[in-house]
Amino acid sequence: MMFESVSGKVVPLFAENVDTDQIIPAEYLRLLSKNGLGKYLFFKWRYDDQGQIQSNFPLNKREFAKSTILVAGKNFGIGSSREFAVWALQDYGFKAVIAPSFGDIFYGNALKSGLLCIQLSEDKVQQIQKAAKDGELIVEINIKNQEIRTNKGETIKLELDPLVRERFLLKQDEISYTLSHEKEISLFEKTRPKFLDIEGPIFLD
Amino acid sequence: MGGKTVADKIWELHVVAREESGRDLLYIDRHIIHEVTSPIAFDELRSRGISVRRPDLTFAVVDHDIPTVGREVCDEDVLSFKQIASLSKNTKEFDIFFLDCFSPYQGVAHVTYPQLGLTSPGTTLACGDSHTCTHGALGALAFGIGTSEVAHVLSTQTLWLKKPKNMRVIYRGQIPRGVTAKDIALFTIRKLGVGGGFGHVIEYKGSAVESLSVEERMTMCNMSVEAGARTSIIPPDDKTLDYIKNKPFTPKGEAWEEASQQFRKLCTDPNAKFDKEASLDISRLEPQVSWGTNPSMVAGITERVPDPKEYRDNSQREAVERALKYMDLKPGTKMSDIEVEAVFIGSCTNGRLVDLISVAKIVKGRKVNPHVKALIVPGSQLVKRSAERIGLHKVFHESGFEFRNAGCSLCVNMNEDKFKEGARVASTSNRNFENRQGLGVKTHLVSPIMAAAAAIEGRFVDIREWELNEELDLRK
Ligand code: SF4
Repeated sequence: MMFESVSGKVVPLFAENVDTDQIIPAEYLRLLSKNGLGKYLFFKWRYDDQGQIQSNFPLNKREFAKSTILVAGKNFGIGSSREFAVWALQDYGFKAVIAPSFGDIFYGNALKSGLLCIQLSEDKVQQIQKAAKDGELIVEINIKNQEIRTNKGETIKLELDPLVRERFLLKQDEISYTLSHEKEISLFEKTRPKFLDIEGPIFLD
Repeated sequence: MGGKTVADKIWELHVVAREESGRDLLYIDRHIIHEVTSPIAFDELRSRGISVRRPDLTFAVVDHDIPTVGREVCDEDVLSFKQIASLSKNTKEFDIFFLDCFSPYQGVAHVTYPQLGLTSPGTTLACGDSHTCTHGALGALAFGIGTSEVAHVLSTQTLWLKKPKNMRVIYRGQIPRGVTAKDIALFTIRKLGVGGGFGHVIEYKGSAVESLSVEERMTMCNMSVEAGARTSIIPPDDKTLDYIKNKPFTPKGEAWEEASQQFRKLCTDPNAKFDKEASLDISRLEPQVSWGTNPSMVAGITERVPDPKEYRDNSQREAVERALKYMDLKPGTKMSDIEVEAVFIGSCTNGRLVDLISVAKIVKGRKVNPHVKALIVPGSQLVKRSAERIGLHKVFHESGFEFRNAGCSLCVNMNEDKFKEGARVASTSNRNFENRQGLGVKTHLVSPIMAAAAAIEGRFVDIREWELNEELDLRK
């Protein structure tokens, strides 16, 4: 799921403070698999109460079909910790989200699952949103070179989070990597105060 | 040398390894899991053929999906059943302590586990739920995590984390009558904004915080994530120690002596530097009511719904317009003119005994408005039993409230509890996002006593004008 560069069409979402309840509503969190969640992405925004398509929602517009890069307002992904939000975006086809800021837990989840989150200044984000309005903006995001090139001849320099670079370029499996620290973990466990371990609860109520 | 914050100290005591990239491998003392965000994590373990490293430090509970009327999800076809069954199977397979649907200690993770003494000062705690920050009220460093991280903790008992920055919110003044921890929390988010705490652990400080009970402090810490904070913390004091002493999971005998000595040492040094600081005057704070679709869109009860025209910033104006459209509110409406048709008292924010006692004091001898459906859902079965022991259930029933079994219930649209489509509700939960409580449901976040009064009157009222039933002998 990790990649070094990605190119695709950009779809602008002008909303700010998009919470993960909007990205994927709670009722779909009871599914026991990551696959197929794309159907429910932005469900309440894509469809009205009767289940009819909301034709003015960007993702429903023909010119944005098959977009792979989402550019949104500040504080994207606040709220619930549901990683389903990341999986829904990925299952729908998104590879990257560009925004001025992200909810902490969402950002962490995206990093684990290989959804590229790029933080840019508000001005830059608005510039991209504007340029993407007509559905003709295609960009290539290159993680190694830390830049975005547009089909309109522009280059935007990025200052990527070192963690993003590491995750996407080294493509290490995190659990295996941590398990390679087994010695340190075991050593740490030996030095922990005893009272932190649990003997088994005593219920009196 | 500058001093250290309590969060810094706990962090440093838990670092297993350091990376050049700036991440630390942090040991996790307690890991709480629930039915929604753990099944895929267990699948991950199985696909790798690894087991849970410390089943003895892992604790499970059902909260999101569980019905609050009966206890059993009987219909094997419904998704809730499958999710709960999956947790049951996983906890058996990996030998994990599990508060299942029928446990007398079942409850919302952030209500029941602190009550059982699982949360203790100076520990690190993780849970696949964003409101894990609640546990900071007991002086723990607690992180809400996603499912990949749940799998990581299960398999390694650690997390790779970048150390959050330190932020302090200091409250000036005492808490006025009729104003609660919930109002302070809502006011704080209103001031900081939904992204104000990004990347930070917030420490709450001030004599107002000291004056709060531990349960009320949990209400405050619970809402920190709504200000975007990575987590929050209140250094432990005598109240904290009193609260955890003699709880089922709390160390006993000599171990308690050792533990409590350690707990007492946990403090923020007077000369500690914070990366960010906010100082808020609460001496004249009034009860708060949210009017919009995120928890920063809040006004005092004597204020009015804002006019988008007042906002100079374009995107802010559009956000307010959008929120008012969803909430079906006209600019300039007095908050006390807003009518509600349903009331929900519960959740990991306000489903504790102290909350239910405060509600009883308001509703005793009064009747729920005939146009209002009013529900009280305790945060845990233990809260429920404690409430019944002092007769609260009778007060609630006589007033016309339903009093149910514990669960997340109407806080989130995942179980059988539903509001009518499009209903306008007063809720003591923590999120007023669009459709959070059901299709088209318009959520107004308030304190338990404000919700109780709204149930009686059918609209928001200024609770400060009411007389409380102080004669109710409800203090423990
Ligand atoms: S009560 Fe609400 S906020 Fe708390 S854990 Fe349950 S769903 Fe989440």
